[in-house]
Amino acid sequence: MTDMAVPIDASVQQTVRERSRALGSLKTADRIFHWLTFSAAVFVLVLLGAIIISLVIGAWPALSTFGFGFITSERWSPAKEIFGAAAPIYGTLVTSLIAMLIAIPVGIGIAIFLTELCPPALRRPVGVAIELLAGVPSIIYGIWGFFVLAPLLKETLQPLLIATFENVPVLNAVFAGPPYGIGMLTAGLILAIMVLPFITAVSRDIFQTVPPVLKEAAFGVGCTTWEVVRNVVIPYTRVGLVGGVMLALGRALGETMAVTFVIGNSHNISASIIAPATTISASIANEFQEASEGLYTSSLIALGLLLFVITFIVLASARLMLARIQSKTGG
Amino acid sequence: MKFSTTLRAAIMAASMGLASASAFAADITGAGSTFAYPILSKWSEAYKTETGNGLNYQSIGSGGGIKQILAKTVTFGATDAPMAVADLEKNGLVQFPFIMGSIVTVVNLDGVKPGEIALDGPTLADIYLGKIKKWDDAAIKKQNASVKLPSTDIVVVHRADGSGTTFNFTNYLSKVSADWKSKIGESQTPEWPVGIGSKGNEGVAGSVAQTKGSIGYVEYAYAKQNKLTYTSMVNKDGKKVEPTMVAFQAAAANADWAHAPGFVVILTDQPGAASWPLTASTFILVYKDPVDKAATAEALKFFNWGFAKGGKMAEELDYIPMPEAVVGLVNKALADVKK
Repeated sequence: MTDMAVPIDASVQQTVRERSRALGSLKTADRIFHWLTFSAAVFVLVLLGAIIISLVIGAWPALSTFGFGFITSERWSPAKEIFGAAAPIYGTLVTSLIAMLIAIPVGIGIAIFLTELCPPALRRPVGVAIELLAGVPSIIYGIWGFFVLAPLLKETLQPLLIATFENVPVLNAVFAGPPYGIGMLTAGLILAIMVLPFITAVSRDIFQTVPPVLKEAAFGVGCTTWEVVRNVVIPYTRVGLVGGVMLALGRALGETMAVTFVIGNSHNISASIIAPATTISASIANEFQEASEGLYTSSLIALGLLLFVITFIVLASARLMLARIQSKTGG
Repeated sequence: MKFSTTLRAAIMAASMGLASASAFAADITGAGSTFAYPILSKWSEAYKTETGNGLNYQSIGSGGGIKQILAKTVTFGATDAPMAVADLEKNGLVQFPFIMGSIVTVVNLDGVKPGEIALDGPTLADIYLGKIKKWDDAAIKKQNASVKLPSTDIVVVHRADGSGTTFNFTNYLSKVSADWKSKIGESQTPEWPVGIGSKGNEGVAGSVAQTKGSIGYVEYAYAKQNKLTYTSMVNKDGKKVEPTMVAFQAAAANADWAHAPGFVVILTDQPGAASWPLTASTFILVYKDPVDKAATAEALKFFNWGFAKGGKMAEELDYIPMPEAVVGLVNKALADVKK
């Protein structure tokens, strides 16, 4: 027996050793994995910090020269080295506003149709078509906007808007001619089409998370489809909806190529949404290549910084809004 | 195992980078004027078949060309707005003209044929100032009694990027309109009071082709290639001229290159009954003491080849080749460039 004990003991020890070695290597693998993911996360933070720092350094000459006037002045004169960002900021906000005004109701409408009303046979094709819309490169939208949509709007919608609101106060300034075809309205429409898939896809996915029992209960007490959507589906999915809309808004604010084609590239602020204008990203795309060293380049970088700040404010206010909704509903 | 794959990929990428770098080394690099791009691309094609040396030219606009040569990323820069003598000296650059060409105003009006309507300088300035808003304005009608002009809004198209074409165009408007001179002035990037901006000569040509009732200005080759409706102009002598080779040459013949330091000559609004008022030249910028002397010598060889053999190609594209006497002056100036 005792003779036997030694080999057994040895084999046990052997097993233990092997097991602990296996465990050890697992532990190392775990540690490496942890380290890898951690460094990936840190990398993003470092990258973000580096972008902010280089933007601020690049923008500093312009910001220190023009001060707060950089944001409030409309004048953009590369020849005289006087730069004000009010026109691109205005253009960016107005085109995004037009886009959201159109895309939010239409996008959510499509999502409601797909989840609540659509015959099952149609659900997949329509859904896929909308997802494909998100995959169209922005330059294609730009070319289409320039060659098809702009001439069409110039001949049809714009003269109609100008004529209709000619004698209506306020609105006659908003829709003042002449019809250029390209301008803030056209850019807004293109942006609306571009962000539509985001809003639709996100809303559809979250509408599907509404527990059927809630909807069935509502239908059971005699609600119409509209009432179910209005009082059950949308309140239940509010948080996700806001998220989807903000994602779309973020895209609309920063979109460059498609907008550059149809915005008209004019550094002027006009009350008329038909008038040509410029956006932050369109100005940078048009002018960065040949901007002379010094203030001009610096002002364009400052524009980039401003876009960064605007996007940050949008995202932050979205977070704030979400938090408020969540605390109110207790969810 | 994984590491070695990454390493191999990295080595491959690096060697590919090296390979492409050595492929570029043989090419002459330049950047700038879109105005001169059609002729440069034609010359470089012929030059390559003859000598095997290619030209890598980025048509990014004159402002961009100046920026690139100052950053020393290219061997030569091409600009339609001549650099001032003081700036040339400050940066150690030599400037010489290599081709002349013409800018035409183009319109998109139903039923109007090329050259049918004529514009004089002050009218053109008022259109670009936003003072003349409709096509049937009295000022336009005065020059064009026989043409039926629509009562539609004028859509003004201008460049959105820094442009030597714009410089020459606004230089002309400043010469013919006191109002333009005081309010806007000449610039590669003026503060346009009205209109829509498009990128490059290509962009302006595209916008005008797209937009009914529009007016724009482009280098002649772009108008011709895109079959745009160009207008006639009223020149300094008060004569109506069509954009033809004869009119371009008449304007170019006035240029006094011999007495202009740094070849700073602007060819707009030249006298003479046959002169086209919107003629311009493109200038090449190289360093007097270049870092890569061999590359600069290659670039100058290319332009000398162009002067000697490119004249006919230039005329085919409606550019005006530099006269022999001017080529002699250019060569004298280039003798300063260190080899």
